[in-house]
Amino acid sequence: MRKFLLLAGASFALALGAGAAGAAEPPIKIGAFLSATGAAAFLGDPELKTLEMYVEEINKSGGVIGRKLELVAYDDGGDAEKARTFAKRLIEQDQVDVIVGGTTTGTTMAVVPLVEQARVPLVSLAGAVVIIEPVKKWVFKTPHTDRMACEKIFTDMKARGFTKIGMISGSGGFDKSMRQECLGVAKNFGITIAADETYGASDTDMTAQLTKIRNAQVQAVVNPGFGQGPAIVTKNYRQLGMTMPLYQSHGVASKQFIELAGAAAEGVRLPAAALLVAELLPDSDKQKPVVVGYKKAYEARYKTEVSTFGGHAYDGLFIVVDALKRAKTTDKEKLRTAIEETKGYIGTAGVVNMSAKDHMGLDLTAFRMLEIKNGDWTLVQ
Amino acid sequence: MTELLQFVFSGLTVGAVYALVALGFSIIYNASHVINFAQGEFVMIGGMTTVSLMSLGLPMPAAIALAILVGVAVGLALEKFAVEPARNASVTALIIITIGASITLRGLAQIVWDKNAHPMPPFSGDEPIVIAGATILPQSLWVLGAALVIVVALRWFFNGTLLGKAMQAVAVNRTAARLVGIPVQSMLLLSFGLSAMLGAAAGILIAPITLTAYDVGIMIGLKGFAAAILGGLGNGAGAVAGGLLLGVAEALGAGYISSAYKDAIAFVAILLVLFFMPRGLFGAGSAERV
Repeated sequence: MRKFLLLAGASFALALGAGAAGAAEPPIKIGAFLSATGAAAFLGDPELKTLEMYVEEINKSGGVIGRKLELVAYDDGGDAEKARTFAKRLIEQDQVDVIVGGTTTGTTMAVVPLVEQARVPLVSLAGAVVIIEPVKKWVFKTPHTDRMACEKIFTDMKARGFTKIGMISGSGGFDKSMRQECLGVAKNFGITIAADETYGASDTDMTAQLTKIRNAQVQAVVNPGFGQGPAIVTKNYRQLGMTMPLYQSHGVASKQFIELAGAAAEGVRLPAAALLVAELLPDSDKQKPVVVGYKKAYEARYKTEVSTFGGHAYDGLFIVVDALKRAKTTDKEKLRTAIEETKGYIGTAGVVNMSAKDHMGLDLTAFRMLEIKNGDWTLVQ
Repeated sequence: MTELLQFVFSGLTVGAVYALVALGFSIIYNASHVINFAQGEFVMIGGMTTVSLMSLGLPMPAAIALAILVGVAVGLALEKFAVEPARNASVTALIIITIGASITLRGLAQIVWDKNAHPMPPFSGDEPIVIAGATILPQSLWVLGAALVIVVALRWFFNGTLLGKAMQAVAVNRTAARLVGIPVQSMLLLSFGLSAMLGAAAGILIAPITLTAYDVGIMIGLKGFAAAILGGLGNGAGAVAGGLLLGVAEALGAGYISSAYKDAIAFVAILLVLFFMPRGLFGAGSAERV
């Protein structure tokens, strides 16, 4: 009996609390599950920091549609199983209005069935094309896909008259997925892949694979890779005295790659987001104010160099904010439609034009072709 | 032909590092019959300490010397605080302790340093040397040369000094060694210090070629273990031969068969050796002592 009374009292208090909050417009709840620790921490950590920074900033300037934002973020450590549990908690316990996250393709795909069933909009920050292809009603994503990276590289190769190329890829998830995409789209550019080699995640010597590629008489080499592998490939490439152009992927588009590969990185080309070369962009570039603004704000607050990954979170948050402004409600169905109708949003990844068929909305102009010169990035015209 | 030479060059370089790690396994195994799975972490500590000391502005030779000392200190501490307190436990328990130690060391490295890969400048120049069409980095010559010096020095130490002979005596018969007055416990401590030194040296030698990171020890440690098994666990010359053989086999496998199975080659080699020649390619043919 006493227990019952206690329970009754507790629920009464809860009801009161909820009522009081309701009077002053409850905050819009933005859920997030990110890999802020673990192997994908270099992606998830800047993402979380970006979300925290901008939610705070938006609230300082009065919030969105007259309501404050509340960020409910969990760290899944890169574990798909945990991501699923946290997403469930976000949907059922925290009752969030929209979810931003999935740092990796693995964590995102684990959550997709949940949000589809619960009908909650999800804006993923992960790369692979499977997230939006086939189109899932409630799922969107902000970063470019690996297929676009391949297309950007092949466009550049075609312009330089290369038709026979070699490929050396890592064996991680990113590497494998991009290799597959490159193999798939190569023929659209009249390019044949004459040598297709791979290396292990912790391999420390790729000269054997590169020797094979060299013997295949190719005109250029592309290395879909992630982590430290591409830096070793680049070093081995120079050691073997290979002189045909080497292309890396957007997976190593960070200063760390130049640092690791050292002088060997000279002349390497790679596709990357505008954010990486914010200051180099011409003033006429529509993205310049956005990327320079984000870069400055992030670097001022966290004292570390901005990364494209944090940029994905920036885009995710502001696509949602933009949609909220147009929908003027947190009704999930209406918010979802508003996200899908995003047009001309200028983010760090590029200009986003979504549609019912395209839940990413980026085109190849989002990527810039860079070349490493004197230990720094330069834009290839 | 050029191709073959190229594969052999890369194979020998990596193989020399495997050999040093394999020697580390063998020395500790001889002294205690323990397989020290933290051997790979010494490789990591050597490389990472050198990189961080150099970033603090220390000249390279000083950083290397200090890094080896740090490696040895960690090796001694491992024996003193993790293995010695459990000296009455079974060998299996001790092996499990070393696995725990390796996970702990890797975790500490993530905290002390970070999770990123780091470059180390080569000892002398980056310009590849061309030999009959194949190229070899000056650093590879350093690796091979230093490994040779270390192996010769170890040989002298074990056969030419009283201390080395005492360690060998412990390896042959622990009880008898104790009876003739050899401090077995100190020999055990020494074996950990010596292995750690070899590991740290290997880590420093290879880092300019392969980069270094908190987790480089896992794969190099496993490959070194494979090399030690291949050559016959506890057999010094076997460890060196096993390391070089494994390195070359990997490079040839990646070059002529498929790069996807490069790592598999090492582990298939262990399995084959364990099935058909349980004492290793160079192990003594004698029966088990009773």
